[in-house]
Amino acid sequence: MKKLYFSRKQLCIPYSVFLVLFVFIPMLLILVYAFTQEAADGSLYFSFDNFLNFFTNSSKLQTLGVSVTVSFITTFFCLIIAYPVAYILARSGWKHTYVLLMLFIMPMWLNFVLRITALRELLNIIGFLGKYDYVNTVIGMVYDFLPFMILPLYNSLQKLDQSLLEAANDLGAGDVHTFLHVTLPLSMPGILSGITMVFMPSMTNYVVSETLGNSNITILGKMIEEYFSTYDDMHMGSMIAIILLVIIFLTMLLSGGFKENADETSSRGANLW
Amino acid sequence: MEEQVKNKIIELIDVTKAYKDTVVIENINLYVKKGEFITFLGPSGCGKTTTLRMIAGFEMPTGGKVLLNGEDITHLPPNKRPVNTVFQRYALFPHLNVFENVAFGLKLKKVTNTYRNEAGDTYQKKEHLSKAEIAQKVKKALEIVDLEGFEKRSISTLSGGQQQRIAIARAIVNEPEILLLDEPLGALDLKMRKEMQLELKAMHEKLGITFIYVTHDQEEALTMSDTIVVMADGVIQQIGTPTDIYNEPKNVFVADFIGESNIFNATMIANRRVKFCGKTFDCVDDGFEKDELVDVVVRPEDIQMVAPEQGMLQAEVISVVFKGIHYQILAKVGKTEIEIQSTKQKAVGEKIGINIAPEEIHVMKKEFTVNRFDGSITKRNTMEFGDGEFECDVTQLYPNSHLDEDGYLITAKGEKLDLTDVEVNVEIGMNNITMTDKSEDGGAQGNIISMIYKGDHYRYIVRTENEEDYVLDSEDMWNENDYVGLIIPANKIKLTLKKPEDK
Repeated sequence: MKKLYFSRKQLCIPYSVFLVLFVFIPMLLILVYAFTQEAADGSLYFSFDNFLNFFTNSSKLQTLGVSVTVSFITTFFCLIIAYPVAYILARSGWKHTYVLLMLFIMPMWLNFVLRITALRELLNIIGFLGKYDYVNTVIGMVYDFLPFMILPLYNSLQKLDQSLLEAANDLGAGDVHTFLHVTLPLSMPGILSGITMVFMPSMTNYVVSETLGNSNITILGKMIEEYFSTYDDMHMGSMIAIILLVIIFLTMLLSGGFKENADETSSRGANLW
Repeated sequence: MEEQVKNKIIELIDVTKAYKDTVVIENINLYVKKGEFITFLGPSGCGKTTTLRMIAGFEMPTGGKVLLNGEDITHLPPNKRPVNTVFQRYALFPHLNVFENVAFGLKLKKVTNTYRNEAGDTYQKKEHLSKAEIAQKVKKALEIVDLEGFEKRSISTLSGGQQQRIAIARAIVNEPEILLLDEPLGALDLKMRKEMQLELKAMHEKLGITFIYVTHDQEEALTMSDTIVVMADGVIQQIGTPTDIYNEPKNVFVADFIGESNIFNATMIANRRVKFCGKTFDCVDDGFEKDELVDVVVRPEDIQMVAPEQGMLQAEVISVVFKGIHYQILAKVGKTEIEIQSTKQKAVGEKIGINIAPEEIHVMKKEFTVNRFDGSITKRNTMEFGDGEFECDVTQLYPNSHLDEDGYLITAKGEKLDLTDVEVNVEIGMNNITMTDKSEDGGAQGNIISMIYKGDHYRYIVRTENEEDYVLDSEDMWNENDYVGLIIPANKIKLTLKKPEDK
């Protein structure tokens, strides 16, 4: 019997097909839809109208503002809650930290809708529901995305070489100085990765804002959904999607998410996106 | 004495360190003189690094005191000590460049500057160093380690040797009173290591500060140190100059660890007369009792080879290895192997005579913890050692093995081994041997040649006909010269396979 043999090129074929079918063509379609309008006879023509419309329409700009603000606040709270947790878990030296870590991560394994519905009930009981839509939305998003912040932070803090902290101490640095000048900069890859992992989904995850904000909060994700299903305007929907994509691209660029993994000392492996 | 006290920069008094139930450092007492190069030497796990880390402040002793210039600093955190460390794996900050790494300590430092105000009064102010001062100091430190112009380089672009130098620069730039070096050359290749040894030594002389160095490499210790502290199992074995340690090792451990040595089981026949390898030699060490069991250490280079009839011992050469400057010759005297270093070449199989000058015979007190014999397996579960024959459990030689009905050993993997005539090391605790009047019941027989009262028990030495000695503890009272049989339960005979180099 002849042995089956695949060259490296041949092994690439399924992945290339996948990329073309599910990444390249859809992106192209979105791009085409975003920059075209439908004529009366059904033919498409090139147009900047959607683009101009988005940046001149105050309600759309407001939605953008709300999305960015909610994402920003969510990311901020995730970071200040997750950092101490990750720090304690990673540096405690306790043998069974993974048990604790798992407890923090475990909600991720529960059905997302179930979690949010349960949270809605809880907020209802304490009387928040319907009163503080923004607060509820942020609470829901922080609750939801916290594990995505803890994990990369935990990873980068755990990789932190204990002897570096000792070296700083040895050179005369107290605990605060050591934290600010050694621990914090060296955990930066984890922080950036955590920020991207939380910031991006909070821009689009409208299930949380719908359920907990009593449908009073519209974020970009919700707006895209409305344009596609309610208004049946795929052109505007695609344009918003493209704008969102550019925003995310810019945040990644700013946070250095595209930097090459030049030296292995920076623990960029924590970057999961 | 008074002068010595003045010179002490670091002193450890009864320092103990334990983690939970494990004691890693036991009651260490030592002092370090100002300006000296002192090395903690020992195998891994001997507690040398822990001792260093207690001086640095990374570990707190669980007992005892650490004094710096006479002041108690036992519980002072590392950042408050005038001590800097060069870490084993350098521990350079990867996110900072060379300049920022070296300047890390300087930026934190505060100095007292004196100023004069308009009225002409002087006043003092504690200030950080100015940028220019820092740059100047960093430049100078980089010059000392031979890496001038490297300020802007990123750490990850440096070779191991360069990182090592930066780590040293980062420490010495702070002008510490003591520089601690934790196996700093361990990660370098041999040639680089030799170079750095000499450079470190030169640096020590130039800077004039105290160096405390930790290594497991005895050659490194001998090359660089003014004083060596030999450690094992959390206890100091010997403190002395390299020459002292090499020429006058205090015990067998030190002799064995520092350089090559022949170690013989010996007996003091009389004052300054010691018997080993079946012959009695003159020696120069006093202070031993008659018939005391001792260890004799002879350095391979101190053994003289002569014509067979002129030697105290007659030996046969079994291996010759050319080592560049000398030949390393293994010779057999009866059953004992002797290592000799000589510039004279010998042929394998040649008969030689061996002489040892009295001053080259180092007699040491024997630290008896366990009886050790060379044994060989005779038949299933029986072995010969120490002039006797004992039942034992050979399955302990191979984990998870068992014996089949024919007496072959079946290993965990199912292999079938014939162990007849296999040579093994035998260890028997002193509590596990009992004596009996019915000498034929014992696996070996002999006369009690010594009994010493140890407070709550007696320690006996039983010597067999062929001069094998068993040391055992017993609460029962016997008489000297009693002829006894020795009984050892099979499960108390600890066996280990001889490694090829032991044979």
